[in-house]
Amino acid sequence: MISITDLSKKYGKLKVLDNINLEFVKGDSIALIGPNGSGKTTLIKCILGMVIPQKGNIIFDKKNIVNSWKYRSNIGYMPQIGRYPDNMTIGHVINMMKDIRKSETKEFDQELIQQYKLETMFDKRMSTLSGGTRQKVSASLAFLFNSEVLILDEPTAGLDPVSSEILKNKIIKERNKGKLILITSHILSELDEIINKVIYLQDGKLKFNKSIDEIKNHTGEGKLSKAIANLILNNNFDE
Amino acid sequence: MNKILKYVILDIVRNKIVLSYIAFLFIITFGVFNLEDNQSKGLLSTLNLVLFIVPLVSIIFSTVYIYNSSEFIELLLSQPLKRKTIWLSLFYGLSISLIIAFVIGTGIPILIFFPDFTGIMMIIVGVFLSLIFVSISLLAAVYTRDKAKGIGIAILLWLYFALVFDGIILFLTFQLADYPIEKLIMAISSLNPIDLSRIAVLLRLDDSALMGYTGAVFKEFLGSVTGIVISATILILWFLVPLYFSLRKFKNKDL
Repeated sequence: MISITDLSKKYGKLKVLDNINLEFVKGDSIALIGPNGSGKTTLIKCILGMVIPQKGNIIFDKKNIVNSWKYRSNIGYMPQIGRYPDNMTIGHVINMMKDIRKSETKEFDQELIQQYKLETMFDKRMSTLSGGTRQKVSASLAFLFNSEVLILDEPTAGLDPVSSEILKNKIIKERNKGKLILITSHILSELDEIINKVIYLQDGKLKFNKSIDEIKNHTGEGKLSKAIANLILNNNFDE
Repeated sequence: MNKILKYVILDIVRNKIVLSYIAFLFIITFGVFNLEDNQSKGLLSTLNLVLFIVPLVSIIFSTVYIYNSSEFIELLLSQPLKRKTIWLSLFYGLSISLIIAFVIGTGIPILIFFPDFTGIMMIIVGVFLSLIFVSISLLAAVYTRDKAKGIGIAILLWLYFALVFDGIILFLTFQLADYPIEKLIMAISSLNPIDLSRIAVLLRLDDSALMGYTGAVFKEFLGSVTGIVISATILILWFLVPLYFSLRKFKNKDL
């Protein structure tokens, strides 16, 4: 569904992405992991067309995304830090997004809005919200359009345990519908039950791209967090 | 396009600054016309106000607005929208709001006191200046990431067009008074939209000799029709060119 070839991005002299080649197919749920500054968010922003790479191609549904915008109607995106216009209320933001995307969306998925009880806060201004509430708005917006691809950048950071459980269940539910899910996170234990593939980035380079079973078999560890720690510590990515 | 434009205009209207801009222009213009017993003098004073305040408010307000909308722009960019649509909506939203503010604040008093071609000419000039300085502010804002720097550049650009430029012209004419440099001066003046607007209106009035050197020089060269056509063309270029370059930069910007 998404295929990335030879993708490179430099900010000045700093190489943020270095020759990345990846292939995502429908039904995959992928964890994108790596240390801070390894290029995870930049990779996501390249897929969304927010960052423009110097080299390489991104093909979405057989079409190159350069200068294209329609493909984004298939993507629900939850940013790492949701930034919203300060003088809009939650209701304004949600209604505006619905208005923008109403022509391509058959039915809005309001489940998260209901579960997070956002309706009761519809007239609160975005500037007065706590970080966690902003995350809830971001999450609700990402799932609102029933998109085939969900891109979640550190979805549970800043959420309380109850809310993050709600979000996790929602992700699993959507995964079971066969959607392509791309998650970045640092909390590996949390990803265990959600994902089936792991991509590890370091210093802008792709270090490995393996399915969970492969990793667990290879390292002999039952838990994802331990298996990955084992892989990274031993630095044996290739076999 | 229409949807985004709607939200931009709603947002600007919710912002009280445009409303105070209308009130300010209205009070000042009315005040000037009531103070001067000679209507032509009243129009001249209003002209000076328009040439000073409209570019200043347009460029500063738009620059600040673009920086404050960075969140809004980011939110829209991850949605199925063209970058061109987003940027042009911001331009149209700002221009339409500021032009409407100008037409209400200054246009209505002018039409009450001066309902002839010269009055209409002044309103047209004000509309052009709003467009031009919104367009220049977009260019300044898209090229500088830092907000303080961007606003600083906007203020400097305004200072340059409103004050420094006239100083340079004056300096040139005095230094080179012995040479036939009128054509050169005319060419240089068209590099400044504020000067050009001033001349365009002054050519309609008889007091042009009072209004700074450039105006007087222009009066000799441009008859009314050719003068207006040339000035209008140059003014149109003055907002299209910065808008084009800002759009080109925005299309390739990382956010």
